[in-house]
Amino acid sequence: MASRTMAIPSLADVAARGREGEVVDTGTKVDVRGLSCFYGETRALDNVSMRIPAHQVTACVGPSGCGKSTFLRALNRMNELIPSTRVTGSVAIDGQDVYAPEADPVEVRRRVGMVFQKSNPFPKSVFENVAYGLRVNGLAGSRAELEDRVEASLRTAALWDEVQDRLRDSALALSVGQQQRLCIARALAVEPDVLLMDEPASALDPIATQRIEELVYQLKQRYTIVIVTHNMQQAARVSDGTAFFWLGKLVEHDLTSRIFTAPARKLTEDYVTGRLG
Amino acid sequence: MARTRQDRIEGVIEWALRACAGASVLVTVGILSILSVETFRFLREVSPLEFLFGTVWTPLFFQESFGVLPLVAGTLLVSAIALVVALPAGLLTAVYLSEYAPPRVRRSVKPVLEVLAGLPTVVYGYFALLAVTPFLQQFIPGLSGFNALSPGLVMGVMILPLVSSLSEDALQGVPRGLRDASRALGATRAQTTLGVVLPAAMSGISAAAVLAVSRAIGETMIVAIAAGQQPRLTLNPLVPIETMTAYIVQVSLGDAPTGTLAYRTIFAVGMLLFISTFSLNLVSTWLRGRYREAYP
Repeated sequence: MASRTMAIPSLADVAARGREGEVVDTGTKVDVRGLSCFYGETRALDNVSMRIPAHQVTACVGPSGCGKSTFLRALNRMNELIPSTRVTGSVAIDGQDVYAPEADPVEVRRRVGMVFQKSNPFPKSVFENVAYGLRVNGLAGSRAELEDRVEASLRTAALWDEVQDRLRDSALALSVGQQQRLCIARALAVEPDVLLMDEPASALDPIATQRIEELVYQLKQRYTIVIVTHNMQQAARVSDGTAFFWLGKLVEHDLTSRIFTAPARKLTEDYVTGRLG
Repeated sequence: MARTRQDRIEGVIEWALRACAGASVLVTVGILSILSVETFRFLREVSPLEFLFGTVWTPLFFQESFGVLPLVAGTLLVSAIALVVALPAGLLTAVYLSEYAPPRVRRSVKPVLEVLAGLPTVVYGYFALLAVTPFLQQFIPGLSGFNALSPGLVMGVMILPLVSSLSEDALQGVPRGLRDASRALGATRAQTTLGVVLPAAMSGISAAAVLAVSRAIGETMIVAIAAGQQPRLTLNPLVPIETMTAYIVQVSLGDAPTGTLAYRTIFAVGMLLFISTFSLNLVSTWLRGRYREAYP
């Protein structure tokens, strides 16, 4: 189990890395411009522009109701499933605006995976949970291919060793931490480029949380990850860049090391040091 | 002092409530014991085998015969027709209301459906006899004035709200997060409904279906009015038949003197009816309990 012993950078490491300027520019994956979201008359997100770099973990932090979850759900057009929401602005992934008239929201959501705060496995078997996305998108031609891709996803989500003998069991019989990793495997199975995680560890105990964080750290090699979190230590541990939201506005977006040691704005400093929110 | 007065009033209220609850239990026990005693007396004279498996039902004729199968067949035939209407239509209505309809439509359609459930069944009975049967006779020349088809169809409309309302509750009970997870994987609304929501709500929907069967078997007025009173062992929906419930109405209204064997037949048939609907209701309750376990 190499993953369990793998070193997670501490807050000090991240700060040191920032000072030495080791973070490399990996190019922009998601380019958000002038994004605003409304629920009815309420403006939940106000004119946010932000470049999310490829193959990095970007953390969105801020107090409850600051718009960070709304921002996340705007990236894969999940917001529009709620009646009376309205979105203005643009979200370009690899240069293509997901809100363009010709963009298909179903295709957008396949390319942008999502993991939710509360683990929500389907009341199906472990296998069928991961196979579901492949089936609805017609991504596996044969039974063997389906099985291969389910196994590969479970391995990537560091769950295969624990469930390989329980593939036919109900997913609801797994522990909460395993269920959340199953949800990650399910999201990865359809091979998205971008993975959105909405407080993926907030309902988990410290050990399960650590496993999710290790996983996030590994997944960025293959995916661009945006993670919403309430937990400042978690943001510091897992992310390369951090965006701080306040009252629906993006206050500051910078390298995580800089946000946590030398933020440009006083508001950011007060929040990350715990004097606010 | 005021305290003891309050206590006394509380005591009286508690006893009154207890008496009300006790009365309904007592009445149920009373009905059950009369049913059992009369059924027992009936079965002393007619063997259970003859009763359950006999194919001729003529207790009121000079040539008496006590095979209940024609009544059972009539009941099952009408119920089956009703369910063929009510289950698919009710489930589709529920899916539309729960998964597709905007909240405004859901709020206005649900009460309208519940009005359907509130109509007195005698109205449905005359509707079947005087409107549906003549209408169907234009297309089906062989259709008798009394038949199983027309009351079956009308009964289906009558139990549709029961099916749709209970199924919709079951669909609404499926956590929002499951729909979100499915949509986030690139599934369409139809794929989400078929692949995730319906399977997750299946035990609640089955409970609704079982309850609908029970309701159809026990329904009386529509069949008493529009299906005829001819016990007949047939699956032909175009000819007059008689259901268990309609037979009980027929005898209760009329000819059989108290204490005779013919009189006791209604208790034996009633007992059979009670056992079928009661066990179906138990199955329905069990299914719903299982559903609650999955989503507490």
